[in-house]
Amino acid sequence: MARGAGGGEAIMTTQESASRELHAHAAPQGFIRKYVFSLDHKVIGLQYYFLALVAVFTGMFLSLLMRIHLIWPTAVLPLVGEIKPEAYLSLLTMHGTIMVFFVLTTAPQGGFGNYFLPIQIGAPDMAFPVLNMLSFWTTFVGFVVLLAAFFVTGGAPLHGWTGYAPLSALQSSGPGEGAGADLWIISIAIFCIGALMGSLNFITTTLDMRAKGMSMMRMPLTCWAWFITAILGLLAFGVLLSGGILLLMDRNLGSSFFVPLVTINGQLTGHKGGSPLLWQHLFWFFGHPEVYIAILPAMGLASQLLSVFSRKPIFGYKAMVYAMLSIGFLGFMVWGHHMFMSGMSPYSAFAFSLLTMAIGVPSAIKTFNWLGTIMHGRLRFPTPMLFALGFVSLFVTGGISGPFLAQPVLDIFLHETYFVIAHFHLIMGVASIFGIFAATYYWFPKMFGRMMSETLGRWHFWLTFVGAYAVFMPMHYYGMAGGLRRYSQSTEVAYILNLLPLQKFMTFAAFVTISSQFIFLFNLSWSLKYGEKASDNPWEATTLEWTTVTPPPHVNFGGHTPVLHNGPYEYNVPGARRDYVMQTDPEVVKAH
Amino acid sequence: MGLVFLIVIWLITLLSTALFIAKTWWLPLGASAAAPGIDHHFATTFVFMGIVFVAAQLSLGYLAWKYRDRGSSSQKVVYSHGNTKLEIIWTALTTILFVGLNLMSSSIWASERFHAAQANAVRVEVTGMQFAWYFRYPGPDGKFGATRPELEDASAGGEGALGLDTKDPSSKDDVVVNTMVVPVNREIEVILRSHDVIHSFFLPDMRFKQDAVPGLAIHMHFTPTRTGDFEIACAELCGMGHYKMHGIVRVVSQEEFDKWLAAREAEKQ
Repeated sequence: MARGAGGGEAIMTTQESASRELHAHAAPQGFIRKYVFSLDHKVIGLQYYFLALVAVFTGMFLSLLMRIHLIWPTAVLPLVGEIKPEAYLSLLTMHGTIMVFFVLTTAPQGGFGNYFLPIQIGAPDMAFPVLNMLSFWTTFVGFVVLLAAFFVTGGAPLHGWTGYAPLSALQSSGPGEGAGADLWIISIAIFCIGALMGSLNFITTTLDMRAKGMSMMRMPLTCWAWFITAILGLLAFGVLLSGGILLLMDRNLGSSFFVPLVTINGQLTGHKGGSPLLWQHLFWFFGHPEVYIAILPAMGLASQLLSVFSRKPIFGYKAMVYAMLSIGFLGFMVWGHHMFMSGMSPYSAFAFSLLTMAIGVPSAIKTFNWLGTIMHGRLRFPTPMLFALGFVSLFVTGGISGPFLAQPVLDIFLHETYFVIAHFHLIMGVASIFGIFAATYYWFPKMFGRMMSETLGRWHFWLTFVGAYAVFMPMHYYGMAGGLRRYSQSTEVAYILNLLPLQKFMTFAAFVTISSQFIFLFNLSWSLKYGEKASDNPWEATTLEWTTVTPPPHVNFGGHTPVLHNGPYEYNVPGARRDYVMQTDPEVVKAH
Repeated sequence: MGLVFLIVIWLITLLSTALFIAKTWWLPLGASAAAPGIDHHFATTFVFMGIVFVAAQLSLGYLAWKYRDRGSSSQKVVYSHGNTKLEIIWTALTTILFVGLNLMSSSIWASERFHAAQANAVRVEVTGMQFAWYFRYPGPDGKFGATRPELEDASAGGEGALGLDTKDPSSKDDVVVNTMVVPVNREIEVILRSHDVIHSFFLPDMRFKQDAVPGLAIHMHFTPTRTGDFEIACAELCGMGHYKMHGIVRVVSQEEFDKWLAAREAEKQ
């Protein structure tokens, strides 16, 4: 694989490097090498994307079962039967795990990052194509192992996606804590390995494979986001992997990393001396950066789309880059805010709280710059733009509850209530998924050569946007009244029972929101075959993927390497012949 | 489309803000000495963040409508890469807001968690286990007797469930009950323990929450200021019966408390 010698500033001549690249991996012929064990980053990107699509519909189905159980606890459902309280806990565990790992980490980074990072920086492929293939198939195996937990004796684990020990460390602590819990940990460990391989690939590719003229500060913000996300992944998944291995040892080899002397139902377990808080530290050292792993790609994408469809340069490019870097950096120093009530030293809560509040600053800068980008623009509203605007709105709403939860004194009341559920679903879940939707509508024409239906796209947007608010806004109220998460039924605690009407409203809203996702699924499959044919650059955007033929061929640029002259967001440049200047156009804009 | 976006986003914003302000669903009426300070700071945070929320959403809707493509060539786009001065001002303002809120809340946190309970506080040991809470009072000797894991018998309830060692002289007068009874306007020292997994002792009305972690004895304190029965809910996922791991803390006058405790101690003789 060809590499630019000087840290990405390619010194080799274009022809020389291109010939080496082609030599490195020629276009595959057979079906298996072309579509299954492909080395092409575009095929791998799509594999990740479709894996995430299967995962997101699975996770969504589980959430629907949970919402039905919450308001009709004894309902007998077709195929599923009656959902027992412990089955409800299995559902929430699997819902969280599937969504966080196999959707929010998989689609934005593994899917779109894989497909578009190399193209946007002018590279023929990822730096390590074989590693890329391995990382996808590792992730795939992880998903299969996770689903297998449903089918073993005892079923899926009930310890929640955070898997707090000793609940997760003892086979006797509840149904699902036998083989199901082992499979859950093994699945996560496999996922971590895949994610580590992916991270290495993304970092190397960004640093070493940029085309001539693509300096770091000329990269689209999407590439910056994928790059920073990869660094976070490299530092975070290793810690979760080791935590998972220790937990597996506690469960099966009699070690006591996370288990002190405990009894279950009066029976001694044989463990002693371990620390339940150690698991929480390891888990959240991964868990908090994971939030940014999920949201950063969506931030990069929103910046990209707001600029494209406002026909205006991004407001504060450098500020955006520095904001993402500081979010990534600070993201590693705030994990303790998940543990204010855990028995951790109250003095450390001070520092964790201050640093967490500090993360609000770069987040506010980003919002400010998004508003600055659309101001004085000329806004077009195709579906990807609607989802980008929706992302900003959801990001603000989800972000605004952050400063409540970041203060330990308010966390005394709010910790473990639905207020937390509202917060992280809006910002990490729905906002990130809006990023995935926006990316799908935006890049579909490039990936498949056809446009998606605008009419269906709009229906999908409005129903999902209003629906998501209807599901998650009331969770704030429910939490402020003290309503607790992970309660399968509200019947036992009087003040929680009083809140049942809110639960009903949220379940009905979830029905509508979830149903409208089938509009998206239909649009996606219908447009693959019947969508209007797309031109090479249907959105009149400036970045490199819109210079290739559609869909991009093997090694992307047909054997030549593009040379760049402009930044990524040159719209309505005074004196230019049209309202956008491609990055490859002869230089018309002095570096800013 | 810009207009539709403006209307939808303004409606969502104003409706949800109205529901917040109406306080149809809000924190329950406080019943402890800590509640007024915490609630006040909640309200302060709420006002500041509410302003940011409404301002950001309304601007987003307004800007999307105002700068929509009108299809006329006279509509000029301002070619600009940003404004460093505005960025700096904005950064400074948000830093002041977030750090300010943090500093304001720190003193309340310190007063709740940095100091041990007063010497004359009423001491209650709270033990969580799948899926019940037990409350132990040390009795006239002021000492909690020893407990041993191998003596635990969950089905026995009470002292048996705690594994109280009856051979230890200081355990003779320990009182173990299922409902927590405490006097009003006295500081209560809670010693939190768990036998099996992590539970969390949550008293919403008292603005009190603390995880009970196996292997640790966590000392906390709160001062109830109203009499009555208040609910206890477990606030950390602890297994299949998590949702029904609840209890009651009964706050009574000092005389009633003394009478109640004396009666329990007499039963032990």
